[in-house]
Amino acid sequence: MRAPPAQPLVTLHAAGAQFGNTVALAGVSLSLQRGDRLALVGANGSGKTTLLRLLHGLLPAAHASGARLAHALHPEGRAPVAAMVFQRPFLLNLPVHWNVQLGLWLHGVPAAERRARTQQALARVGLASLASRPARALSGGQQQRLALARAWALKPDILFLDEPTASLDPSAKREVEALMAAIVGEGVTLVFSTHNLGQAKRLATRVAYLEAGRLVVERPVREFFENPGLPEQAQQFLKGELPWTT
Amino acid sequence: MSVITESLGTATQMLAQGDERLLQTVWLSLQVSGTACLLGGLLGLAVGAALAITRFPGQRLVVGLVNTLLALPSVVVGLLVYLLLSRQGPLGDWGILFTPAAMVVAQSILVVPLVAALSRRLLLSALSEGGDQLRSLGAGGVTTALVLLVHERLAVLTLLLTAFGRAIAEVGAVMVVGGNIAGVTRVMTTTIALETSKGDLPLALALGLVLLAVVALLNAGVALLTLRGARQGVVGAEAMA
Repeated sequence: MRAPPAQPLVTLHAAGAQFGNTVALAGVSLSLQRGDRLALVGANGSGKTTLLRLLHGLLPAAHASGARLAHALHPEGRAPVAAMVFQRPFLLNLPVHWNVQLGLWLHGVPAAERRARTQQALARVGLASLASRPARALSGGQQQRLALARAWALKPDILFLDEPTASLDPSAKREVEALMAAIVGEGVTLVFSTHNLGQAKRLATRVAYLEAGRLVVERPVREFFENPGLPEQAQQFLKGELPWTT
Repeated sequence: MSVITESLGTATQMLAQGDERLLQTVWLSLQVSGTACLLGGLLGLAVGAALAITRFPGQRLVVGLVNTLLALPSVVVGLLVYLLLSRQGPLGDWGILFTPAAMVVAQSILVVPLVAALSRRLLLSALSEGGDQLRSLGAGGVTTALVLLVHERLAVLTLLLTAFGRAIAEVGAVMVVGGNIAGVTRVMTTTIALETSKGDLPLALALGLVLLAVVALLNAGVALLTLRGARQGVVGAEAMA
């Protein structure tokens, strides 16, 4: 007898988002189980960031519809902890360790735990030796690693990443990607947007293609890249992004 | 020209000798304007933060009003506070008219719109950069505003310095509500006005020099903090503890 499917961490049913007269997302349905690694791909303005913000509950109710967000579900007897890393992380004009401690403080982590968790998180991303340095004096790659440490310190069930390596040099990209791989290795559910299809192949278990605010197709990663039965728009996108495959 | 040089010489002598009347006036000015800046600054920051993080009907009107009050003449503030604190006024029972407390009230009211308008701008800019990210970490509106004020602490300090400059340099409000009573409510600006009208230029000039020196010192302090902050990035970190 098969075990019943686990309750999803997040579900969206025909979810949408609208800003004034602009429809940023429409009719998006998907669900995320623990351990899923979903890559969101699509052109600029296709709705990837809006979808991440909707999933994370950052869109005001006036703009969002149809979402059953993480905090509303208790699949494991409690509200899942979610964290998000943005394309350009906002770091406070404070030392590195304060930026991590602030996140923990905002999440209500007791003071006694904050220091230890901060040290662990900074060690995890290789910034322990820079704990007292001004956060804003770090390089772009280090800042993104610090943002990951701040998110990882919260012990999230779901981690949302908005083009986390978009503005980094190849070396910093590799570092951040290795950290992402390590984090998902711990069973964290990952949702990330990317223009780097190689990154999607390497890190994701599922890929969703968005176009003009609509979720055109969402499939397991292998089917997405290898199955010829992909919708026309997604095929065109892949051809544009991977011209050598045509 | 000789009057000016002679007055400057006497003023320098008074400063060097630590003239008691001069020191007393300077100390009262610093006390009144410092307290007003603290009280008005806190209220102004609260108003500015509230206007930056909340949305309510008529908000544009309130913002327009605060911006208009930036040009509030100090003598008008003095008149309003006088009417409030006079025996027949609604706050007449306080019995603080013609005391330093009344001067603090007047100067506090004077700096509130300045701090509110500038801090609102500052916070709106910081919110557009990091508001969502702080919310994603779990910060509510008030916490976001507080964290961003710590983040922008050097700008806030500069803003408060501007407010202090506005308070300590004004003459109209303190003259009306303080009455310029010697040894009780006589501050630098009212003394300068009085002594000039009496023809005692050395004291007026000496106080003018002190006024400039106070502002210059504060400016230098902020510049040093800014420099240190740029080098170390840790100024005010203890405030987060």
